[in-house]
Amino acid sequence: MKIATLRRPRRQVPQVKSGITMKLNLGSRIFDGCNLALLGLFGLLAVYPFLYTVSISLSSSAEVQRQGLHMIPGNPALLAQAAGDLCRLDMSAAGQSIQRYAEGLSFTAYRMVLANREILIGYGNTIFRTVLGTLLTLLATAMASYPLSRKEMPWRKRLTFFVLFTMLFGGGLVPTYMVVKNLHLVNNRLVYILPVLVSAFNVLIMKSFFQSIPDSLAESAKMDGANEFTILTRIYLPLSTPILATIGLWTAVMHWNSWFDGLLYITDNNKQVLQVLLQRIVIENSTEMIEKGIVNPDILSFTPETIKAATVIVTMLPILFLYPFVQKYFVKGIMLGGVKE
Amino acid sequence: MTTATSNTFMMTLSRHRHLLLLFLVPASLLVIFAYLPMFGAIMAFKEFRMSEGILGSAWSGMDNFTKLFTGADFLRALGNTLWISLLRMVTGFVTPIVLALMLNEVRLTWYKRSIQTATYLPFFFSWVILGGIFKIMFSTDGSINAVLIALGGEPIQFMADKTWFLVILIVTGVWQSVGYGAVIYLAALAGISPTLYEAAKVDGAGRWKQMLHITLPGLIPTMVVLMILSLGGLLNAGFDQIYNMYGPMVYASADIIDTYVLRRLVTMDYGLATTAGLFKGVVGLMLIVGANSLANRVSGGEQGVW
Repeated sequence: MKIATLRRPRRQVPQVKSGITMKLNLGSRIFDGCNLALLGLFGLLAVYPFLYTVSISLSSSAEVQRQGLHMIPGNPALLAQAAGDLCRLDMSAAGQSIQRYAEGLSFTAYRMVLANREILIGYGNTIFRTVLGTLLTLLATAMASYPLSRKEMPWRKRLTFFVLFTMLFGGGLVPTYMVVKNLHLVNNRLVYILPVLVSAFNVLIMKSFFQSIPDSLAESAKMDGANEFTILTRIYLPLSTPILATIGLWTAVMHWNSWFDGLLYITDNNKQVLQVLLQRIVIENSTEMIEKGIVNPDILSFTPETIKAATVIVTMLPILFLYPFVQKYFVKGIMLGGVKE
Repeated sequence: MTTATSNTFMMTLSRHRHLLLLFLVPASLLVIFAYLPMFGAIMAFKEFRMSEGILGSAWSGMDNFTKLFTGADFLRALGNTLWISLLRMVTGFVTPIVLALMLNEVRLTWYKRSIQTATYLPFFFSWVILGGIFKIMFSTDGSINAVLIALGGEPIQFMADKTWFLVILIVTGVWQSVGYGAVIYLAALAGISPTLYEAAKVDGAGRWKQMLHITLPGLIPTMVVLMILSLGGLLNAGFDQIYNMYGPMVYASADIIDTYVLRRLVTMDYGLATTAGLFKGVVGLMLIVGANSLANRVSGGEQGVW
């Protein structure tokens, strides 16, 4: 009886409000339309600089001079004309307009970039630091996180703070430079890997992941005579693939993108990384250097925009291929971001 | 007594030798590359000579600090750092929330995911790459100026004008990080209980009211954490981005503490560079500790990072 009385007014609500709901629906639809359109614009703005770079890198130098948005390689008007010809099934006209469009395209920039010995060496050095650096970081992070995650670890709180503190304070650029110099790491490829091997952030995240693994697993393995190394490698690491993948991809992207250590510590071109070479090509070899008076304008050979753009693309490509995986695990990593016990 | 304590110490060491041994390798790397430089920062109180090393150089008290704070360059860099940081804090705080709220209203899953993927993309590239792209795009014959000319305007020297440069810095900074920020907020949005929305609908709340009274309040904890973390980074004005985009023409508005330190290092002005770096480190530490305890106090111990 009570239930029935309670229910009745509820049922009436939609009937009474139906006029308003209709209105709301119209407003709601207008809002949805604007929202989708605006988001589409944002999406386009997000990728436009990349489209522009691809387009410049693939256009002939005459085409690059043309003023326009350069969203697609070559001249879009000619491409549209070719498409129109094709639609009208006018094959000879289509053939001609396609040919005219193709004249605006050029792969010369890529051919030159990929034939450049320095860039290939830079690629090798970047791959070296990314692969070795990521593997060693995973190893070192696990070695630091596992003891800190175990309750029986002596001085656990203090040692955790010892790690955390490096995240809050640093000695600064010059003292770090002095340490690296005194260790004879200048012009040594290890400088890419050793100083960034252990990051407090990674250690704290992996530690909190390890802490979610039940203690009983380690206890029973110990009863069976396993030592700490076996427990870490046979029990903890196999259970930690999500966090290993997250930190691994994170570190790999960081290594691929790193440039400051190369700029600061490496003067030998055979040991330089790709990012620094890109920096030299795109940023330093520009009008700015004339203005700074570093380079005499008469002897400076300008790097054409197409080559700059092609170098940018060649540097970006590996991350672009990894992006689907990276995106997935980066989101996971953000969720795992809590550092607290 | 001393033998007894040292005995228990040795016993602890040997009982947990495996755990301690594992910890030793990463710990020594932290000692070398993080703690040694902290110790080396005493250079700030010395008159450093390369031939005598950090330990051998003579003490000079606060001389370096006096020199630093009486030189116009550093004060300009400090002012620029604070101003750029403040601009970034405001723009970088609001835009991800707006983007996340907009994405949250989209019901077409594929559309939502593509926009998210597109806006998140720039976050994964270094500022060497992005700076390179923008240097081409904003140059006098780049596409931005082409659009300006097509609209009947005059071309602008974006990268060499000290005000325009700041605008570009902030806009491209937001462009790079807004997708990342939105992902954090979307994660928080996923945590809001759907029953709240059901209840609001029954009470006759439209989408606008639902956003105002359920979605936004649900995001407040995340907003607080991110706001406080950004306060901790007040002296980080974005070295990577600025170094890869700036030039002498815009030093007046874009030279920050980090770029100042780097240029002093290059000119082997070690004393000033170390002192500026130490100043930044100490103030940064105070800001971060202060911000964290503020977060803990505001949220009753839940929102602090540690």
